[in-house]
Amino acid sequence: MRDYLSFLGKSVRRAFTGDWRYYAWMTFLTLVILLGLNAYARQLVQGLSVTGMSDQVSWGAYIANFTYLVGIAAAAVMLVIPAYLFKHEALHAVVVLGELLAVAVLVMCLLFVMVDIGRPDRFWHLIPLIGKFNFPGSLLAWDVIALNGYLLLNAHITGYLIYMRWKGETPRKSFYMPFVFLSIAWAISIHTVTAFLLVGLGGRPFWNSAVIPPRFLASAFAAGPGLIVITLQIIRKMSPFKVQDSALFTLRRIITVAMLVNLFFLLSEVFVEFYTGSAHVVSARYLFFGLGDANKLVPWIWLAIGLNVTATALLLSPKTHQLRFLNLACVFAIVGIWIEKGMGLIVPAFVPTPLGEVVEYAPTLNETLVSMGIWAFGALLYTVLVRIAIPIILGTLRKEAA
Amino acid sequence: MSDATTRRDFLKGGVAVVAGVASVAAALEPLRGLDGPPDVDAWLQSHYHEMTPDEKAAAIARLEAAAKAEFGVDITISDPQPEAKTKFAYALNLGVCVGCRKCAYACEAENNTSRAPGKQYIRVLEMNKGGIDLESANHHYDPEQVPQAGKFYMPVQCHQCDHPPCVKVCPVEATWKEPDGIVVVDYDWCIGCRYCEAACPYWARRFNFEKPVIKPEEINPKTGYLSNRPRPAGVMEKCTFCLHRTREGRYPACLEACPTGARAFGNLHDPKSEIRYILEHKRVFVLKEEVGTLPNFFYYFDV
Repeated sequence: MRDYLSFLGKSVRRAFTGDWRYYAWMTFLTLVILLGLNAYARQLVQGLSVTGMSDQVSWGAYIANFTYLVGIAAAAVMLVIPAYLFKHEALHAVVVLGELLAVAVLVMCLLFVMVDIGRPDRFWHLIPLIGKFNFPGSLLAWDVIALNGYLLLNAHITGYLIYMRWKGETPRKSFYMPFVFLSIAWAISIHTVTAFLLVGLGGRPFWNSAVIPPRFLASAFAAGPGLIVITLQIIRKMSPFKVQDSALFTLRRIITVAMLVNLFFLLSEVFVEFYTGSAHVVSARYLFFGLGDANKLVPWIWLAIGLNVTATALLLSPKTHQLRFLNLACVFAIVGIWIEKGMGLIVPAFVPTPLGEVVEYAPTLNETLVSMGIWAFGALLYTVLVRIAIPIILGTLRKEAA
Repeated sequence: MSDATTRRDFLKGGVAVVAGVASVAAALEPLRGLDGPPDVDAWLQSHYHEMTPDEKAAAIARLEAAAKAEFGVDITISDPQPEAKTKFAYALNLGVCVGCRKCAYACEAENNTSRAPGKQYIRVLEMNKGGIDLESANHHYDPEQVPQAGKFYMPVQCHQCDHPPCVKVCPVEATWKEPDGIVVVDYDWCIGCRYCEAACPYWARRFNFEKPVIKPEEINPKTGYLSNRPRPAGVMEKCTFCLHRTREGRYPACLEACPTGARAFGNLHDPKSEIRYILEHKRVFVLKEEVGTLPNFFYYFDV
């Protein structure tokens, strides 16, 4: 217990100290978080009317970011599988950093749900046994279990490994390996459940398609490892932590395959919608071509497709054996997929409404500030976690010998 | 470590803490707009199904007092229970509906729905004769007089489905189907996630993006706990076939307001009811039969 308290104390101290770059970065993030907090306080007082959402388009940027980030969290498994199952040494060295990313991203997911609900004060109604939990009927109840469970699993695995390292003891396999295996299945499940949450609605033909869950996984396994590549690049630049090139190039192969599969699913979906030409195509027509004057998403979705196709072409070419091109491809994939399966997936399902009314949606400034605040909080949390983890992994931060 | 450095560190830390607290306080400044501290009793109130009679009475007293404080109006909140051997259904004659929207306005007045922004449970669609094509429906028709040549009108409200997707998806069981077929919402239990609104194929649910705005003189003081009592911000609401009226043997407000007699309402278990006659003798259909929701709201043509 005393060891653990001193571990926590050292961690907190470490989180608050650093060079000027660290302070500048953390100050910047804190400012964005405060702006977001301010915007959220306004939303709490006035209600969700400060967002761009309406009865017609009743989910918007919050749920779009949530959906995207669930995928990013799930994608940590693309490090875990090669590291633990195939004993990939270069990836094994960085797997904890991937799992920590999952922790930070899951916190962001939960925050995005929290800011989206109309009565956050009644969150306790969602707690199993204390509240009233519609399980197994509601897929949202499944998602509560899936997300919190995955958060606990990753927090336990990373927390245990880092703490043991700090104490200078060898981690006991039985204390973490079963959870590692469980987390692999669980990672797939969080994104599957989140997809089921949407595809199970018969009244929303745009979502009611069996290809969406596999497409979710494919796009997650492209954008997630893409984000991990970028964070690893930053980490090895900013800290003494060594990341081997081979770890990055293994991720490159994973991203390439996932991007190709994702594009194939997208093509299948677009084909079925447009070739059939049934009444159900109208949401897809809104997304890709617009309905009369209603065409706010059109430039975005084509930008996303452009980014995704360019990223895939780059990944397939030998150019991305150079890291700067790999970085570029990753950034394209991260942004392209963020648009495509964020706003591009959530909003068109509401346009037109089930009664045929066309009302468009665009996030308001307040909503954007809240979203940016959550992104900044996620970045801050990940920065702190990595800042504490790295010296412990490297062995420079240790429990002092008694 | 010398005393000087610890002292400097201490001061630096102190300044940082003060600056941090001040900036968080500044960020939270809008919270001063909240009306007073949260009511603990309201916060801890149980689900409708789990309240004891005493708790329910206390909740009703609290809600009545809150309405008095807010609108200066004495409202009564009754809690009529479903009757045995009763299942309500609605039928609407598209052949005679003229699209006057009197039903929608009567509903608004009866059910204390927000006027600004307007929330109406009934949406009347103007459609071209020759098909039922929702995508080409006009939601905001506003001619000098109705009906217009070549058009017909289709009011849509909650269909009180036998397989309600809204009930299935609610994560906290804040919405459910009553034994007499009405799908209701516990406004004090709903967390406002709007999953039900996404699930409904008839666009029958409404969300209070902010506190409903109604002039005190327009408040209908005779309210039901599960229907038209004043609603808080951040929760869902919907048509309940006016259960505070219909469970007491009266017609829904929309039916009473209809000038053409297009609307028929009744108990499916009563073989002599008008609704049974229509279902047995008219060529009725339900909207979006293919989504499998089994509505209790039927349309028919009678010309």
